[in-house]
Amino acid sequence: MSFGKSREGQVLIKPLIAANPIMIQTLGVCSALAVTVQLKPAIVMSLALMTVVTASNVIISLIRNVIPAKIRIITFMLVISTLVALADQILKAYLFDVSKQLSVFVGLIITNCIVMGRAEAFATTNTPKMAFMDGIGNGLGYSIVLCGVAAVREVLGSGKFLGYEVAPQALYDIGYVNNGLMVLAPGAFFLIGIFIWLSNTFYKGER
Amino acid sequence: MDIVGLISIALTSIFISNILLANFLGMCSFLECAKNIQTANGLGLAVIFVLTLTAPLNWAIYNFFLKDEALAWLGLETVNLEFLVFLTFIAVIASSVQIVEMAMEKFSPALYSALGIFLPLITVNCAILGVSLFLVERKYTLIETLVFSFSSGIGWWLAIVGLAAINKKMQYSNVPEGLRGLGITFITTGLMAMAFMCFAGISL
Repeated sequence: MSFGKSREGQVLIKPLIAANPIMIQTLGVCSALAVTVQLKPAIVMSLALMTVVTASNVIISLIRNVIPAKIRIITFMLVISTLVALADQILKAYLFDVSKQLSVFVGLIITNCIVMGRAEAFATTNTPKMAFMDGIGNGLGYSIVLCGVAAVREVLGSGKFLGYEVAPQALYDIGYVNNGLMVLAPGAFFLIGIFIWLSNTFYKGER
Repeated sequence: MDIVGLISIALTSIFISNILLANFLGMCSFLECAKNIQTANGLGLAVIFVLTLTAPLNWAIYNFFLKDEALAWLGLETVNLEFLVFLTFIAVIASSVQIVEMAMEKFSPALYSALGIFLPLITVNCAILGVSLFLVERKYTLIETLVFSFSSGIGWWLAIVGLAAINKKMQYSNVPEGLRGLGITFITTGLMAMAFMCFAGISL
């Protein structure tokens, strides 16, 4: 049996596109829109979220049998916000510029519904190993959308890719202008809408 | 007191940098609940209420306990508890939502049955935590915090009721198949965000 067919593989691969957290499950949309003006902060944010969701999934899965059902939400919150505080401190120490750019959105990973949603829907009923896979899978699914949107917005909005100029000067000379809408808020909404449209059209049969 | 400054904060947070349409906070419940106007209205009002309650509370906790040198009044000048910000804020929000819920159930059952189901949802609404984090980042005073949190709530309410109304109209339109549901909601929200950007020219 190949890895892709095993249960672990399924848990890992499904959230990439077929059950993508942003496009299909509508989880964690806020940050997906806000940090995608440039690619670099988007990558950092994806890594931060992936770490937090994986770690919280594993921790919650480990203690799933001792959490009283009534106060489980508060328990999740405590675990998640401790992890986020750690991630925030690490970013501040090693990537100060990016952490300034991300501003409040690192903190908002706490209320990012992906983390909470996966904890509630998956980690409470599965073994730590599966929860780990689920965390990585959902983190990657989130990263795909985030980096995709960020790449399009940066290239079209400011003619750059990861901070390097990609639109040749000759293009500007003949009258090309950067698409200002992409840098602004509505551009993000339109792009996500279009992403959802594409994924619905191409992956209709697989769901 | 600088009245013009306060009005400017209010206008900015309701229209120009609307918490939902420009800062993208509170999207999840926005997308889930914008299906009928009654629900949207209830949730919007609950958000205004909780925001205005928790933001000043968090402001006080931050300024008297967590900020660098904030514990000087206890004689602990060198203590900086800023790294506890996330943990404290989310605890304050979760517990005040719980208290509000219990108080409402006891003293105003009518309001409770109107807002009741939305209150637990609000704890995980990023608009609430977002506003608290913004006011730390922008170093607002207490009065500014009050104005900012209340008008951010109004802005959120305005956006969700607007979208719910548009969605209702949308039921009669012929949307391309792959775009139905979430896709068209995003495009609509994008158009709304563009409309709200028209206010950006206003300055006081």
